[in-house]
Parts: sequence; structure tokens; C-alpha cells
Amino acid sequence: MVLTADNPQQAGAREQELILNVQRGQHELFYELVRPYERRVYAAALAILRNEHDAEDAAQEAMLKALVNIRQFRAEARFSTWLIQITVNEALMRRRRERTVAMEALDNRTDDESEYAPRDFADWREIPSEALERKEVRQRLAEALGTLDRKYREVFMLRDMEHLNIQETAEALGITVASVKTRLLRARLMLRDLLAAGWEQGWFSRLPFEKGTKPW
Amino acid sequence: MVNHETMNCEQVWREISNYVDGDVDAGLRASMNEHFKTCARCASVLAGTKNVVRLYGDERMLEVPAGFSQRLQKSLAKTAAVQGSRWSSWSAWLVPVAALVLIAGSVLLTNSLTGGRLLKSHHAEPANNIPPDLVVVVSDGAKLFHVPGCPFIHDKNTERTLTAKEAMAEGYVPCTRCLRQYLKTGVTLRPGDQGDDADADDKAEQGEVVGMAAR
Repeated sequence: MVLTADNPQQAGAREQELILNVQRGQHELFYELVRPYERRVYAAALAILRNEHDAEDAAQEAMLKALVNIRQFRAEARFSTWLIQITVNEALMRRRRERTVAMEALDNRTDDESEYAPRDFADWREIPSEALERKEVRQRLAEALGTLDRKYREVFMLRDMEHLNIQETAEALGITVASVKTRLLRARLMLRDLLAAGWEQGWFSRLPFEKGTKPW
Repeated sequence: MVNHETMNCEQVWREISNYVDGDVDAGLRASMNEHFKTCARCASVLAGTKNVVRLYGDERMLEVPAGFSQRLQKSLAKTAAVQGSRWSSWSAWLVPVAALVLIAGSVLLTNSLTGGRLLKSHHAEPANNIPPDLVVVVSDGAKLFHVPGCPFIHDKNTERTLTAKEAMAEGYVPCTRCLRQYLKTGVTLRPGDQGDDADADDKAEQGEVVGMAAR
């Protein structure tokens, strides 16, 4: 059986049941339990590590750790949040191991206090989600994200792509709620400018609609 | 405090992320709404920020490398197998561990009831001001520790070298012959201990020392 989004209540109950069974020793069910989150787990690792190969390693290791420590999971927490938290910890640990402490400290020392002013005020509309069907568009968005400084990128990815809340993002990264908000604002505004530029360059044109019809 | 009635663009930008998240109070929201109606620039910033949040928040932005799921399943299956065998044998190794704990506990209890010292021999005198780092020799089954080369070392084939401190921690007591200088002079045997729980080896060892001393 697959967890479906159609009936969240049923899916939640099924997840609880799976967790209990894995905790009781049916470890072969673990993949079924984590399958709905595997992309988020991978993306969480990528938010921190940037490199696809390292992110996959960290994601895999994090899920193995989750399996080994499944008995420590308490039902009060959301399983997805628990899993993402383990992943972020694993990724942060790997990053610390690989980078010099000095660089790390310098990079993450302070939030940029100067405010970010949006640059592009073109009159643009809602970009339809259908645009994401095109690999090229996803690629452009990923590239734009890649240009952000680490501290903005990781907050943005955990908050807006992993959908952790502000508090969870702060806890996962070991920074304050105020820092999360400051960095998130800046990340969103910077990406907005990059998107605006993309809008003008036609990233989002040639959408998969009927010839000659535009949805706006 | 920001006067919401007359917010300028910078003030709006500062709150725009919270606004999109619904993390602003009703008064601030109302003021921002008013501002967006009349300010094309800020309306553009809002539209763009919403696009960013919506597009990047889409599941389709989370792509995994080809073969990711298969590799994950494989490594999970491997771990599941290891974990499974580990847990199924859990009760099997629990038994001897519990037995060991019980035995160790009863030994400690016996010792605590029989004088409070974990000395291997009650016939010998505990060390007196012995240098803790002095290199000494002990052997299995014996109860005394010796200066290396002492002729009264039993079971030389099981000889071990360690420090006096370690030897004492293991319950060994100083040889009355080679380490006599660290014993209180004149007291080698306590009359009360005679024959109570001494075993043959202990008697033999002590006897030999006394015999040598007499020679």
C-alpha cells in the first residue's frame, strides 16, 4: 500500500502503523515508510552539501541512522520532521568534517545587516506552475538558487522547499528564529530578482499550452 | 514602531516575507494591503516573492539523481538484515550477560561481607607507602606481587608485569621477601586470620617466604 495524499487522515494512520511495525522489528517495511519523503530527504542534504554525490551519501546514511534509531522516534513529533532533522544533522556533520572551521565561522558569522532592496520592478504576473513541467525551467531555478550564499540558500531550501516551519528551520540549523526570518527574506528577494530577470529573458515562455493561447 | 497608515516601500519590503507567510498581525496586513493597491513597485515585489515561494515549493523542484531510490532500497535492505539478526539474537546473549552480572554482584557482596577488602590474601600485609608506579610482577593463581626477578614468584609461565598500583587494585599484596621494606616491620601474619579462609596456595606461598627468611 502506498501513502496517498488523497486521504491524509488514512495516510497518517497507515504511517503510524508502519512506524510501530518497524519499531517492533519489521525492518523490511522501513523503505515503505520513508518512500514518500525520499526526495525531501535528498533535497535537505543537498541544501547543506550542494554536491549531488555527497548529498546522496548523506541522505542514505541519514535514513540508515533513522532505521537503526527508529525506537527513539516518539509519536508526538512528525515523522517527516524527525527524518529531515536527522538528515540536516548528518549533512552538517559532513560539511564540518570537510571544510575548515575558520571558513565555516567566517561564512556564517553574521547576518548581513544591510537591507536588500529589490532591483527589478517589471510588471510581471504569476508564473504558472505548469512551467515546472519543463526540465529547462527547473534547471534555471536550481541554478539561480545555486548563486545564493550558503547561509541564505540553506534557510530558503529548508523553509520553502522542505516546508519546515520557521522554528524547525532554526532548530535544524542551530540558528535563531530572527536569523531565519532575516535570511529567508533576503533569499526570497534575491531569488525574486533572478526570476524577474529570467522572466524578461523568456525562461518561462514557450509554455506547454495550446498554440496561440496564453493563460493570461 | 512603524506607523502602518503611512508605510514606505522599505518598510513594506522588510515585512514582505512575513506577509507571504501570514506571519503579520491584522493591522500590519491591512496597511500593507493598502500600500500594494497604490504602489506598483511593491505590488511587483509581492507578486515576485509569491512566485518564488510557490515555484520553489513545488514537489517537482525536488529531483533526485537517477537510480537514487534503488540504491537507497538496497542499502536499507542490507541494514535491515543486519539489524534483524542482531535483534533476534538479543535474548540469546542476554542470558549469559545477566548471569555474569549476577556472579559479579554476588562476588562483590561476598567480599563486602567478609571484611570489605578485595585482597587476594588476608595473610599478607597490605602495602605501606609503596611507590604506585613501581614495576612489579604478578602471576595468575598467586596472591603476591614481587619485584621482577624475585625467586619466590609462583607460576612463572603466567607472569605479568604491571605497576604496584595496578597490582594492588587487582588485590595482590606485596611479597614479604622482596618488598619487605614496604611492609610494617614485625607484622607479617595476623593471628586472627590464621586458617580462616586461606587456601593451600596462599599458605604455601607464605610458608615458603618464611622458610627462606629462616635459612
